[in-house]
Formats: sequence, structure tokens, C-alpha cells
Amino acid sequence: MNLFKIIDDLQQIDGEAIDRLEHASRRSFISNLGSLSKKAALAAAPVAVASMFNKATAQSAMAVEVLQFALTLEYLEAEFYTMGVNKAGLIPAETMDVFDQIRKHEVAHVKLLENALGLTPNQNKPNFNFNVMGLDPFNNYADFVFLAHAFEDLGVRAYKGQAGNLINDDAILQVALQIHSVEARHAAEVRHILSMMRNNPNIEPWITLAQGEPAPVYAGEDNTTHAGLDVMTVTSKSKEAVTEAFDEPLSKQAVLDIAKPFIVM
Amino acid sequence: MKDALKNSEFSENQMLTQVGRRFFLRSAGLTAVTGAFILGACQDHDMEPDATVDLGSGDIGILNYAYALEQLEAAFYTQVIDMPYQGMTDMEKRFLTDIRDHEIIHREFFKAALGSAAIQGLEVNFSSVNFMDRASVLGTARVLEDTGVAAYNGAGKYIEDVQYLLVAGKIVSVEARHAAIIRNLLQPMTRYFAGDDIVDPMTGLDVAKEPAMILADAQPLIETRITANNLPK
Repeated sequence: MNLFKIIDDLQQIDGEAIDRLEHASRRSFISNLGSLSKKAALAAAPVAVASMFNKATAQSAMAVEVLQFALTLEYLEAEFYTMGVNKAGLIPAETMDVFDQIRKHEVAHVKLLENALGLTPNQNKPNFNFNVMGLDPFNNYADFVFLAHAFEDLGVRAYKGQAGNLINDDAILQVALQIHSVEARHAAEVRHILSMMRNNPNIEPWITLAQGEPAPVYAGEDNTTHAGLDVMTVTSKSKEAVTEAFDEPLSKQAVLDIAKPFIVM
Repeated sequence: MKDALKNSEFSENQMLTQVGRRFFLRSAGLTAVTGAFILGACQDHDMEPDATVDLGSGDIGILNYAYALEQLEAAFYTQVIDMPYQGMTDMEKRFLTDIRDHEIIHREFFKAALGSAAIQGLEVNFSSVNFMDRASVLGTARVLEDTGVAAYNGAGKYIEDVQYLLVAGKIVSVEARHAAIIRNLLQPMTRYFAGDDIVDPMTGLDVAKEPAMILADAQPLIETRITANNLPK
């Protein structure tokens, strides 16, 4: 987390951010700092910054950024499933309903986010290319399922990584959470299909340790410390189970780095 | 406790009956078989059946709310694995055992995170569930998981500490994974894993429910009476 950047961002959308920070930090046992520089503000972190985040008002600029980021991923998913479902002979009858249901949701998410941002249909849609990493998902069903599971797990991590940026936008936060859990439902179901297709029971609906491919999608999923508490110290359950019980967020940059090869612009 | 004793809804006879039944069950070691049993180790806590537990206020209140729901889920799956329904397949057993462990871990996490602010272990009541019957067990599991998802989705906006909001996010997606696979066990390879009954087909949004509504839904499965009057609104 770059605190300088965050303070700058806050100052941009909230002209009194530094003043608020100064006030908050004084209340946080730091007295007589005089005119508070950004550096001093850093020293007052994390209490003062946390307090300021809770108080800062005009967070909608940040929310717009989150929604635009989310829309990019939804465009990617919507196009991927639309192309897959429409490709004759690709998806077998047994799983067609599953993938068509997912397609329906991703298309709905695109519409919802476009409306929220005041965009016309496909106004911000990049051009995508899904034939990367040697994969041919619209001619090879195994490749299609593989990419689908990675996109869903990535989507779950992407939304989770943005929740904190919406903490002061209650309505948008709730909508983001309501999309986030749908992506998780998708992820579980597609992982189950992948597991059956590969006859590999070790691929479960949940993520064990940091197992999975492509590796960057699962990097850090083996974390066991949450809200400062190492859960391994309070349970007798295995590390495998502990890591399955908590999904991990991914930063916007990490998500975009993973998505980048698919975006041709 | 004294308030509970005074509560006119509960006659002395009812109280005596409940206490007597509990005493008998504990002595006989049959608690798990009847579906009413005590959660966790609560040596120091009074476990009178009519005790009312208040979740508290602010983030503590929300964490206790989550802790209560995780207690309920952990107790349910513990019983499911202790008494597998007839015809439970290997795959079903693997999934349900994993889910049991996840819910126990969630419960233990909240208990430790809350420390002295944690509510007591709750007494649950699964008398409406036939643990021998697959449809009854998986049907209850589906309701519990969908309820968990809707609860976290509705409570996120009340969390003030960004770290706790993140933890709620880390847990809710695991609950959603559970919900999807339970639904898949009920109706394999259909739209039901994220059905139109739970994901609005027009918006693609999952359910979000307010704590009061969730608690009203869950209370029939929880013997301990829970009040949430001080939760953020």
C-alpha cells in the first residue's frame, strides 16, 4: 500500500483530507506536530489514516475507478462465455446449462455496470483475444473449461481486492459483494466440472493452499493470517483446510497483469 | 438470565421440562442423536436454555453476528459427518467433511478474533432435520449456505474496519462456493448452482439480507435466543 499515493488521492477528491488527517492524528495521541506534513501523516499511520478513511466523504471518485475496473473483467467474461456458448459443438449438452447460466450472469453484470457508469452498450469494451498461452478455447473444450475456471477464480479475487476501496460507498459496496458471491458460485461449479473432466478429485470447489494454474491466479492463496490473526494458532485443522476456508484478494495491478495478454485494445 | 426467568412466555413447567430433558441427554450421552446439543466448551458460561444473547454493537456486533452463524453451520456439519445419511457417496462425504472443517475454522477464527467480546457458545436445535435422509440434510445445507451468503452480503456495509471487511469478503466467497456445490449435489449440472431463485436473472446479483431478517430465519435452528437490537442499521 502506497500511503503517499492514497493521501494524494484523498486530497484530490477531498480538499480537506490533510486537515482531517491532522485532526485525526492529534486525537490519536500525537500532539504538537504543528503543520502536519505528509511525512508526519505517515508516522501517524495506521490509526490516523484508518480514522481518516472512515471520515473522508467524497469517495465516489474511487468508486468509479473500481466500477470501471470491474467492468473490464465483466466484458472479458461476458465475451468469453458468449463466444463459447455460441460455438457449435464446443460445449457438450451435459454442461451447456451451466455455462449458459454463467454467460447470462456475466452479460447482466456488464449491463449493470455500464448503467451505473452511464455508458452505452459496449462503449468501453476492449477487444479480446482468448487464444493465448497455447490455448484454443473455442475449438478445444478442455481449454475452454480451464480458462473459465481461471477467469472465475480471478474474478472472485479481483472484487475482493476492491472491497476496502468501497468502504465508504455502502450502496456500491453491497452491489459489488452481490456480484462477488455470484462469481464464487461460478468458480465452484466450473472447478467441479474441471475436476470431473480431468478425473482429479484434488481440484475441489474451493482453493487448497496456492494450488492451481495459471500460478499467478492462485499466488498468495496459501495465506493463513487474517485481520492480524494467524488462524493456524487457533485451530487444530490442517493448513490445507485453513487455506480453503479463506479466499484471498488480489490487487488491481496483479489482476490487470494477468488479464493483459487477453486484451488487444 | 434473571430477565429470562421472568419472561412470561416461558412457564415454569416448560423450563423444568427443558432443563430436565437436557440433564437426561447429557447423562445419557445421547445429545447428538436427538439433534439438540451444546456447542463448544463453555465451562464458565451459564447455559440456561432461555438465556438471551445480545450480539453487541458496531464491528463487534457484526463479528458476533457472523460468529453466531458460523457456530450454527459448524454444529450442523459436525452432526452430518457424525451420522452420515444413507447412501452418502465418497464425493459427497469429501465435500461435506471439507465444508465442516471450513465452518469450524470460521467459528474458531471469530471466537479468537473477538476474544472477551465473543458471545457464548449457542445451543442449536436441529429437530426439524432428518439426518438419515439425504434430501433433508442437503436441503438444510443449501438453506444454511445461501443464508450465510446473503448475511455477509448484507452486513458488509456496516463494517467500519477495513481489515474486518476484507475478512468478511474472504469468508463469504467460500460460503458461496459451498452453496454452489451443495446445490450441484441436489441438481447436478443444471442452472441450479446459481439458480434464478437466488441470483436475479436481470441483474446477476446474489441475495443480500439485513441482519434482522437473517436472524428471524435462523432462530428456529437456534435454541438460544439472540437479540440484535444494537447492531448497526
